[in-house]
Amino acid sequence: MNETYTAVAAFAQTWGLIYFMILFGVVLAYALWPKNRKKFDDAAKIPFRED
Amino acid sequence: MISLEEGGFAIFLVLLAFACLIVAGKTFDQVMAFHAGIGALVAAVSVFVIFKKYFDDGGEPIPQEIGGKPNYNFGPVKFGSVAAMFWGLAGFTVGLVIALQLAFPALNFDLPWTNFGRLRPLHTSAVIFAFGGNVLLATSMYVVQRTSRARMPGKILPWFVIVGYNVFIVIAGTGYLLGATQSKEYAEPEWYADLWLTIVWVCYLLLFLGTLWKRKEPHIYVANWFYLAFIVTIAMLHIVNNLTIPVSVYSTKSYIVWSGVQDAMVQWWYGHNAVGFFLTAGFLAIMYYFIPKRADRPVYSYRLSIVHFWALIFIYIWAGPHHLHYTALPQWASTLGATFSIILWMPSWGGMINGLMTLSGAWDKLRTDPVLRMMVVSVAFYGMSTFEGPLMSLRSVNSLSHYTDWTIGHVHSGALGWVGYISFGALYCLIPWLWNRKGLYSLKLVNWHFWLSTLGIVLYITSMWVSGIMQGLMWRAYDQLGFLEYSFVETVEAMHPFYIIRALGGALFLLGAVIMAYNLWMTVRHGEAEEAEATPAGSLAPAE
Repeated sequence: MNETYTAVAAFAQTWGLIYFMILFGVVLAYALWPKNRKKFDDAAKIPFRED
Repeated sequence: MISLEEGGFAIFLVLLAFACLIVAGKTFDQVMAFHAGIGALVAAVSVFVIFKKYFDDGGEPIPQEIGGKPNYNFGPVKFGSVAAMFWGLAGFTVGLVIALQLAFPALNFDLPWTNFGRLRPLHTSAVIFAFGGNVLLATSMYVVQRTSRARMPGKILPWFVIVGYNVFIVIAGTGYLLGATQSKEYAEPEWYADLWLTIVWVCYLLLFLGTLWKRKEPHIYVANWFYLAFIVTIAMLHIVNNLTIPVSVYSTKSYIVWSGVQDAMVQWWYGHNAVGFFLTAGFLAIMYYFIPKRADRPVYSYRLSIVHFWALIFIYIWAGPHHLHYTALPQWASTLGATFSIILWMPSWGGMINGLMTLSGAWDKLRTDPVLRMMVVSVAFYGMSTFEGPLMSLRSVNSLSHYTDWTIGHVHSGALGWVGYISFGALYCLIPWLWNRKGLYSLKLVNWHFWLSTLGIVLYITSMWVSGIMQGLMWRAYDQLGFLEYSFVETVEAMHPFYIIRALGGALFLLGAVIMAYNLWMTVRHGEAEEAEATPAGSLAPAE
């Protein structure tokens, strides 16, 4: 039981951390990618399309 | 020719009506008989309505567009908005009653149905699921259609979702009063109500996805992402938290499959994410649509909203164990919960800044538009309660705050301030839009609503802070011989004045909501009878 916990904890503390960091990096890159800028500026105006 | 959808729903509802009749006839459980009776009645009436509608419109398919513009389906949205206002008044009233019961126990009337223990879940479910839920259903159906520029799919499906959800509310609420409860916080309804909600919720998910599927707008607007996260996560939480085995199909009673501390952990994984995904993600979707619309400018940073979304949903799901400090739950688990709660400061405040800064360059509108002011104050309360929450999740703070009124104060700064105000703001916008009115009946009344309820919230949360911290300190006070200094009843006595102040705060909040209901009623009935674009100078000047 205790060893299972240690193994799971070790896995979570290393690979879990790396997984979250990579995921966060991907989100940041997607949001801040210069090429996407126009797309997002445009998307922000969606609520006003029909006014 | 009757459509597959109409026929399918009709067959399903006929079968359901018969199943309910059989259960109602065979059960010895009176509550079950009553609920099965309601089920049979509603299902039978629904079948009748489906066929009546079919014969009335001759089975003609509904046009998706009229004159090149999407033919939006706003009927269910109207239903949800009215239901939200109704349940809001009911839920706030019950809240006031139980606040008064705490101050004056005689108000329990020594009757089982009016006992605090039964009315308290009635209050929480009425405000969270009945009021908040209908606001979320109505606004999500409105926003997803408008931002996708497409009509919701189906003829029966949207009505099934909104009516089915409200039937769940009636079953749940009457069940509490009659003593049917599984005693799980914010998940008190028994197994059959849970099962029904699961069916309705899956249909809701399909309806939402179906509208996105039909969209004319290539990009999915950020509000829809938040709504989608709310729908998907609530489905997952609801199912895992309610894995119960009924004693028999004729009984209201069931037993949960989880045992001991695992049950506690599942309960608070559910409970905290009900806050995170129902009361936060869903209402953030409202913020991302209604504040830009009302301020008439796009969201401050769309890119921040993307980071906000992904960070919030990935972090919130881990914060639940902080509800179980100093319990049988291993310490590492509750530490993990507290750690993620602290990390949540980032996305929470990122979102708050995004909402508030949407007004940059338009702050003057706060002086003239009380609806916008309500929504902005809502976001400020969001910032405040998401700052306080992580603080209270720390083990050392929690040892003082847990089980005291501080928690109640914290919950209500989020519930009344954030969820309440953003919902009020959304309804104040939505009602004139839905009923084609130029504006609200009276902005002056919105102003009254705003100031009365703000005063109410301030009285509520400050009295609960004082009462809660006092309570916590009295519990841990020792005399010089090492004995506890106060008996429990002494703490109760000391809290009495604060209970009265809290009830007064609740009464003001309720009064504000009554004014709102009147204002919305007059908006629908009498259109632009008083088109007050700007409040006349001198009358009720807002804080400057």
